Amino acid sequence: MLPDLQVADLSRWQFALTAMYHFLFVPLTLGLSMILVITEGAYVMTRKEVWKRITKFWGTLFGINFALGVATGITMEFQFGMNWSYYSQYVGDVFGAPLAIEGLMAFFLEATFVGLMFFGWDKLSRPAHWMVTCLVAIGTNFSALWILIANGWMQFPVGSEFNPDTMRMELTNFMDVMFNPVAQAKFVHTVSAGYVTAAVFVLGISSWYMLKRRHLGLARRSMVVASSFGLLSAFSVVVLGDESGYTLTDNQKMKLAALEAMWETEPAPAPLTLIGIPDQGARETHFEIQAPALLGLIATRSLDREVAGIIPLVEKAEERIRLGILAYGALQRIQANPVDATARAEFDQHKGHLGFALLLKRYVENPATADDDLIRKAAWDTVPSVPMAFFTFRVMAGLGFAMILLFALGFYFINLKRKPPDWFLRVALFAMPLPWIAIQCGWVLAETGRQPWIIDSVLPTFMGVSSLTASQIIITMVGFTLLYGALAVIEVKLMLKAIKAGPGTRIFADPDERLPAAPVAPALDA
Amino acid sequence: MELPLDYETLKVIWWALVGVLLIGFAVSDGYDLGTATLLPFIAKTDRERRLVINSIGATWEGHQVWFITGGGALFAAWPFAYAISFSGFYLAMFVVLAALILRPVGFKYRSKVEDPRWRNSWDWALFVGGVVPALIFGVALGNVLQGVPFTIDGTLRATYDGGLVGLLNPFGLLAGLLSVAMLVMHGATYLGTKIEHGAVLDRATIIGRWAALAVIVFYGIAGIWLAAGIAGFRLESAMDPAGPANPLRKAVVMAPGAWLDNYGRHPWMTLAPLLGFAGASLAWARLGEKPGLAMLGSGLSITGIIASVGASMFPFLLPSSKNPSVSLTVWDSSSSHLTLFIMLIATAIFLPLILFYTSWVIKVLWGRVTTDDVNTPGHY
Repeated sequence: MLPDLQVADLSRWQFALTAMYHFLFVPLTLGLSMILVITEGAYVMTRKEVWKRITKFWGTLFGINFALGVATGITMEFQFGMNWSYYSQYVGDVFGAPLAIEGLMAFFLEATFVGLMFFGWDKLSRPAHWMVTCLVAIGTNFSALWILIANGWMQFPVGSEFNPDTMRMELTNFMDVMFNPVAQAKFVHTVSAGYVTAAVFVLGISSWYMLKRRHLGLARRSMVVASSFGLLSAFSVVVLGDESGYTLTDNQKMKLAALEAMWETEPAPAPLTLIGIPDQGARETHFEIQAPALLGLIATRSLDREVAGIIPLVEKAEERIRLGILAYGALQRIQANPVDATARAEFDQHKGHLGFALLLKRYVENPATADDDLIRKAAWDTVPSVPMAFFTFRVMAGLGFAMILLFALGFYFINLKRKPPDWFLRVALFAMPLPWIAIQCGWVLAETGRQPWIIDSVLPTFMGVSSLTASQIIITMVGFTLLYGALAVIEVKLMLKAIKAGPGTRIFADPDERLPAAPVAPALDA
Repeated sequence: MELPLDYETLKVIWWALVGVLLIGFAVSDGYDLGTATLLPFIAKTDRERRLVINSIGATWEGHQVWFITGGGALFAAWPFAYAISFSGFYLAMFVVLAALILRPVGFKYRSKVEDPRWRNSWDWALFVGGVVPALIFGVALGNVLQGVPFTIDGTLRATYDGGLVGLLNPFGLLAGLLSVAMLVMHGATYLGTKIEHGAVLDRATIIGRWAALAVIVFYGIAGIWLAAGIAGFRLESAMDPAGPANPLRKAVVMAPGAWLDNYGRHPWMTLAPLLGFAGASLAWARLGEKPGLAMLGSGLSITGIIASVGASMFPFLLPSSKNPSVSLTVWDSSSSHLTLFIMLIATAIFLPLILFYTSWVIKVLWGRVTTDDVNTPGHY
């Protein structure tokens, strides 16, 4: 039976929306956990109360954010089984393991200690509490590592092969999956982006306090931490960006060609298109402005290696579809007669291309019956949306450089000038949404750039869906939208309330029995 | 590569380990779910409610990871079972998700605004976050015992007939009520050890004792129903326990009473249902007097009841009522030999660590929560 294409589209929309929503909270959790480690570390070393207050203040915001990160994360883990059940059984042997290990190694750590981090201030010694905060940060970051190992495998499926007896991908080498170069590059890039997000968040709120001339002790110290930590992280995001993976596979090459809107292979070293308007229908880019040789240098780190263009990559995909059809035919013979040795030998020869035959399942039940026109059509399906890749990349990269500038200015003003000018404080305040825009563009680039594959060259996305009806998915999409929308409004309101209240304020009150107002925090501004 | 454990043994170990994770979840997060279910009924004023909320506020999040890791382990070790159950129970899973999403925000956000309407709304959200997952998990297990209407084609793509309403059959509902009663009993025994003596605890004790009685009655009815009415599943053809994970290569029939076959074959397995009854009786008898003992009884009861479901069904994991021969069993729906082995190593390293630091956190937070406590900073 063939999967329903409408169900596939709806499932993609739901996954994209819930993943992007989840990823509004995760980067801040990743980065704030590290900032809490730094500020509480300062408290443990200097024993100055002001650092404790700073830690508790950012900790309150961390907690509000963390709650939604956890809440929306459960959806992600369940959604593979709920909406992508054929995918889950096709690759669960490889893909499930990093998710389970994430739970065992990282999420247990993070979730067990996060309660103690908030409830344990009076129950633990200073170093012991700091250790708890460190364990939360370690858990959070390891969590990202395992999720990105899973995601990296979708982009570059190493350490596994198709087993015709079980009709699925099976693990052959776990070390290859764990040390997948794409996953490692993604991990560094993604957590650094999270650190940048939190640093911009802390910088922006501190700037607002400075503009209002409130809580200057907290604002100044937080700004020192945020601008230094942010500057390092922003360099790491851009320099150690995940370009290292772009030459590894045809799909990654295709992603690179798409984000550059490079239709033909250019003579080495290839020029970098700075700006232009890609036209997917006409297969050309209008109003191009190019910088000579730059792309060749960045992508291949050489002057003589070529960067493949979209059209030659499509031709290669066409060849692979033809080989995939041979693999598919052999697989059918194995299913009819599991001990057919010649069929097994033929399958082993071509099994690396099996996924390409499955691309034809969008059009025909049996790929062997496809004619040349259909094969060419399926080959063109391997091109992702070029304008999407082209523009999201430019927004992401441009904002990446802007962050470096922001932190460099912040670092200069707070450390060398001691007093940032108001114009900078305003810029820092209004820059707060920028890292979120950059990371969302980054994910859209990474995941739409991988299309049409859910697992690169192994399984097309539309094949991975569950046998659901469109109306079932519409019900859950409406449900998620309402629930997530309401929670977003509440979260932002609570954040603003906590920020306006400022550090040292007791938010807890007892409506049963009006207690005297909470003790006012000793002035920080001294 | 030759692995030090054979495939058949690893399959049985992973069947047991997923059971351990589920029981770990039911015994730890179970009392958080039960406590949240009790919240609106045992605590009337804001102070009382915060007393109850703070008794689980610091630890529930770690407990919930048992469930998330259980889901991950099911995905990694039994991908077929994960894929078919999660997509088959699609709308029910969504309702569980929506309820679980209310929990972290409920705990965290409730205390941040003073308005009584705000707090009251979150109390009901926490109640929903407790009772709905408890009910649906039970309903789902009750349906698994009756077989689920799915079939699998030659490419091993599963299709599922039936929606949310089909799950709400009499036996499914009975299992759901049993699950709620079980977790309410557990929550009440936990509160017995964790909050100060007073009106709230007295109310919890009364409800908890009724819940323990309900556990005994519902569990008894379910047992009789399984023996006399519900058709179980039985293997018709021989299976190679070390065979490949392909559920299309066997024959299965449905037969009334088949779920009790294992108890005749392996009489030691009757220990599980006995524990289910004995534990609940202990909780009923000792709640209010010896809270520690009552909680032990309630935990043992939960362990016995969940283990008895596994024992009755072995080697079946997810039977199909539509096409019994494609039912998922321990022998033909696991991950590969290598994956099961690597996952076992990961579990052998991390599970003891988790138990170690979880007990350390319990030790740090040891002691009864009082209404005076909850008015000091650092509480919800």
